Amino acid sequence: MKYYLPTVALVVGSLQFAGAGDITGKVSLKGTPKAEIPIDLGPSCGPLNPNKVTTRHYVASKDGGLANVFVYLKDAKAAPAAGEGPMLDQVGCMYEPYVMGVVAGQKFKVRNSDPTLHNVHATPKLNKEFNFGQPLKGQVNEKVFDQPEVLVRVKCDVHPWMFAYVGVAENPYFAVTDKDGNFKISGVPDGKYTVVAYHLKTHGANPGVTQSVDVKGSAKQDFTVEIP
Amino acid sequence: MTRSQDNPWLHRFALLTAVSTLFLIWLGGLVTSHGAGMAVPDWPTTYGYNMFFFPISRWVGGIFYEHSHRLVASGIGFLTVILTVWLWLKEERRWLRRLGYIALFAVVFQGVLGGLRVTQMKDVIGVFHATLAQMFFALLCSIALFTSRWWREFSQTTLTRDGSGAGRHVFAIVTGMILLQLIVGATMRHQHAGLAIPDFPAAYGKLWPAMDADSVARYNQARGELTATNPITSFQIAVQMVHRLMALAILLSVAWVAGAMRRRYPGTVLSKGAMGWLGLILMQAALGAFTIWSNKAADVATAHVALGALSLVTGVLLSIVASRALKPSAVHQGLRAPAAVGAARQSDHVTA
Repeated sequence: MKYYLPTVALVVGSLQFAGAGDITGKVSLKGTPKAEIPIDLGPSCGPLNPNKVTTRHYVASKDGGLANVFVYLKDAKAAPAAGEGPMLDQVGCMYEPYVMGVVAGQKFKVRNSDPTLHNVHATPKLNKEFNFGQPLKGQVNEKVFDQPEVLVRVKCDVHPWMFAYVGVAENPYFAVTDKDGNFKISGVPDGKYTVVAYHLKTHGANPGVTQSVDVKGSAKQDFTVEIP
Repeated sequence: MTRSQDNPWLHRFALLTAVSTLFLIWLGGLVTSHGAGMAVPDWPTTYGYNMFFFPISRWVGGIFYEHSHRLVASGIGFLTVILTVWLWLKEERRWLRRLGYIALFAVVFQGVLGGLRVTQMKDVIGVFHATLAQMFFALLCSIALFTSRWWREFSQTTLTRDGSGAGRHVFAIVTGMILLQLIVGATMRHQHAGLAIPDFPAAYGKLWPAMDADSVARYNQARGELTATNPITSFQIAVQMVHRLMALAILLSVAWVAGAMRRRYPGTVLSKGAMGWLGLILMQAALGAFTIWSNKAADVATAHVALGALSLVTGVLLSIVASRALKPSAVHQGLRAPAAVGAARQSDHVTA
């Protein structure tokens, strides 16, 4: 009996991911963006962050890989999130990460890691707006967005240079590109999908660039984001 | 209880309340210029504290502007209560006592609007809040005028040479234009989108900017925002163009009024006041341009708000003075019966 339950769990788990794979790829930037603006952190935040910080409209690697692109499957079946929701942290008076994703209805955490006050103000178009204070270091609050929405801005009105984005997807098949522009969407069931790569500064009110992908075990799809 | 029309200390107190309100409007301008309107997410508390006991050490970043604005607003509310009670106790003129009641209602309503702006998170409430602030300031300045000795003496005189009352309403009409302009300005500020058009006197290098979706997307892409401003929309571009055109119309109108008053009533308070008004409008136009050229620097944009309030109040006070000093004589009012309108116009023309 003591070996029976883990075995069943293993089999069920395997069945669940049977015919599921990854979509990997890279998002490249074409064109030369405007230089980022240096941020003056001021007297209350300066001592908390020794780094020279700038805006993060275009974060690109030397070979043109574009970070902070939200990549998601547009026409996959809606599904709940697996596991714990991600954390949006405020550290050194900057949001980390700059772009993250959640599934609609999935709880995510917001933490203040700074010994100074922040307010957390989400300004969605489809979801419910919220604004709450985090006056204490280490304070964590849980929040949720109910509707799919790409992207929801979260900002701090105490420190107006602080803003980040949350992509709210209707299924768990999404990723955010890393500093080299790479992404990996895991556990995608076999099938044909439309993959969307959306970069806020480039695409704005436009839906982003799309590609059709046929997933059979795994698939690879690169994108190019062009500065208009 | 003795009531009179001669209450010099009441007048001075009304002046103090009015000047303090201008300071509050300037602080309110700083709040929006720094994008700090939501930096304190709760109301009437401040981060859970009774607002009067919120530690100074925590007035950091945008909290400093928003919290200062709330504290000064509370002070203005207190001053207005005193002013209303003082008017009620000591002022003889019933209509002036009623203005006090209106001021009290307005300041309470204004405070609630400010709170609702925060708790309901609605930009449009901010537009009402900003507009009511300007009207409240004008009301307090009017009370200060009516309680002054100068007004009591002046209101017995008339400036019209022929009793026609010509030019009596032009101040009110142009002041109405300024009020509309302030509402347009408040609409722009409370979109929290920064500069919808970044250049002046051209607009995106043209006389009239393109507002189609592709162009707006291109404008947004080209912006390099340091703060979390909203993306601009074609509506916001149109509103800024309306603001520019109205500014031109107001400038020309005030210049015309100043010229007309100088010709008709040289050396009078109307003539001098209108010239001062023109000076304010010219400075306001220059500040508007500099707001754009400085990429909406907070201090410049805030000065633009405060000078806008002063321009409105100057117009309101001149309208009041004109309505009294240019009151048509009984003879002319009789002449203006429908059958005699033509004769009255001819009389105006001769005098002009």
